[in-house]
Amino acid sequence: MNFFSVGFRTLFYKEILRFWKVATQTVAAPVVTSMLYLLIFGHVLEGKVQMLDGVNYTSFLIPGLVMMSVLQNAFANSSSSLIQSKITGNLVFILLPPLSHWEILAAYVSASIVRGLAVGAGVFIITAWFAHLSFVAPLWIIVFALLGAAILGTMGTIAGIWAEKFDQLAAFQNFLIMPATFLAGVFYSIQKLPPFWLAVSHFNPFFYMIDGFRYGFFGKSDVSPWTSLAIVSVFFAVLAAVAINMLRRGYKLRH
Amino acid sequence: MTAAIQIDSVEKSYKGFKALKGVSLTIEQGEFFGLLGPNGAGKTTLISTIAGLIRPDVGSIRIHGHDVVSDQRQARMKLGVVPQELVFDPFFTVRETLRLQSGYFGLKNNDKWIDEVMEHLDLTPKADVNMRALSGGMKRRVLVAQALVHKPPVIVLDEPTAGVDVELRQTLWKFISRLNREGHTVVLTTHYLEEAQAMCQRVAMLKTGNVVALDTMSQLLRRVSGSSLVVHLKHGTLPEGLRHLVAHDQQDENNSGNKYTLRVNEYAEVEGILARLREGGAEIDEMQLQQADLEDIFIQIMDSGSAR
Repeated sequence: MNFFSVGFRTLFYKEILRFWKVATQTVAAPVVTSMLYLLIFGHVLEGKVQMLDGVNYTSFLIPGLVMMSVLQNAFANSSSSLIQSKITGNLVFILLPPLSHWEILAAYVSASIVRGLAVGAGVFIITAWFAHLSFVAPLWIIVFALLGAAILGTMGTIAGIWAEKFDQLAAFQNFLIMPATFLAGVFYSIQKLPPFWLAVSHFNPFFYMIDGFRYGFFGKSDVSPWTSLAIVSVFFAVLAAVAINMLRRGYKLRH
Repeated sequence: MTAAIQIDSVEKSYKGFKALKGVSLTIEQGEFFGLLGPNGAGKTTLISTIAGLIRPDVGSIRIHGHDVVSDQRQARMKLGVVPQELVFDPFFTVRETLRLQSGYFGLKNNDKWIDEVMEHLDLTPKADVNMRALSGGMKRRVLVAQALVHKPPVIVLDEPTAGVDVELRQTLWKFISRLNREGHTVVLTTHYLEEAQAMCQRVAMLKTGNVVALDTMSQLLRRVSGSSLVVHLKHGTLPEGLRHLVAHDQQDENNSGNKYTLRVNEYAEVEGILARLREGGAEIDEMQLQQADLEDIFIQIMDSGSAR
């Protein structure tokens, strides 16, 4: 495994170039969508609810929106690239050269991280004007943003390899990624949920990504950031193992 | 010398359908080799297996001694494949596409060779044009350029001239011939048998997943002997005694008389045929002796089964 090989760097660069060439759709559009979420939810709920102790709703919402953007766009990058390449047939250009499965996964995930962070940064820059945000523990912000983007980039790779048509990928996105993200405490603290749903939320790995990320801003979270880090790291390791195994076996890629 | 491609007893099945039934072939370094067969014969499956896109159920393939499964990195470095499908990445220009492909093979600063390949394939004027804006023929040229971007010693062309104009064919064959003269091994599949006859030194014919013919072009042309005598009769008809020589589907009636294509195994038979025509009262308007070509041989072999 050589993460600095020319092959890895080329595929990574290609994936960056791919989304950057359509940045209006891949970067600007999700920033605007998050901005709308903030305007609507922030306007409706500001002053009516308080989430973490002493944190107003808009301030609480912004890190959630930033992380949601990071996660969704990281997923979208690898999954859409792979499914498009599979359907148009140009994935053969990746499969014919001597790229190892590690290089392929690392390139797709790294590019997903870049897109996720680019969109997240855009959302943050736009929304930060609407509330006063502190940065109690910036290292946690970076760690959870990176890990969250890496996890969703890996999930996108798995989904892109598994799906044979756009419909299947949309199902993966709409029935798994979207609910898991929305039910992870982007818009609310899970402490506000009834006991049953509070317990269910603890089985959602996305919750730990968002909760740990939010901890970096406020120094307050629903669970300890160390617990979140442990759970998120294990989740990433499992997903990476699944993705590597799929690539090694050539699952739905090499027949 | 290590074989360019060594294929040993390769079998591949899809959901019960056996696409390759124990194919064995050795393609020597520097050969221009033709892989022919009708649709569904297993040509593309075999090429995909050579390229590592399909994994064989049984058997092995080595490229310059490197197994395509266990030593895939080295094997792929030795191989350039032009896929049959006209695929491209719509996000990039021609130059970007070639630079990326070069990078996937671990080559950076490869612009000199990329420029040379583009020049030889008449792609230079289109270097900065997006792939979407290219015609089908131009896209095909880019596919060829992509396969050559890492200077592979073995080049596999899966129907490279399907649906392209005469100009590209000539440009392509000129460049590929040059590469072959310089020592590159070329494996070609094509439905244009005249191209195979003109280019290939040796040919394998596949039928329903089996190799049914494997020989040099000259041996094949000699072994499945036979010429055709085309006679256009001004008056009279073909005598009954010559009817058995009429090649199937070759009888053609028209206003100026009857035209027949007769199978001839040896030139000496021609005199006998002419004598019998004269005896039967037929008068010959035009006559032509046609040498058997690869297409005739192909049809004979595919009809009969094996000529190996």
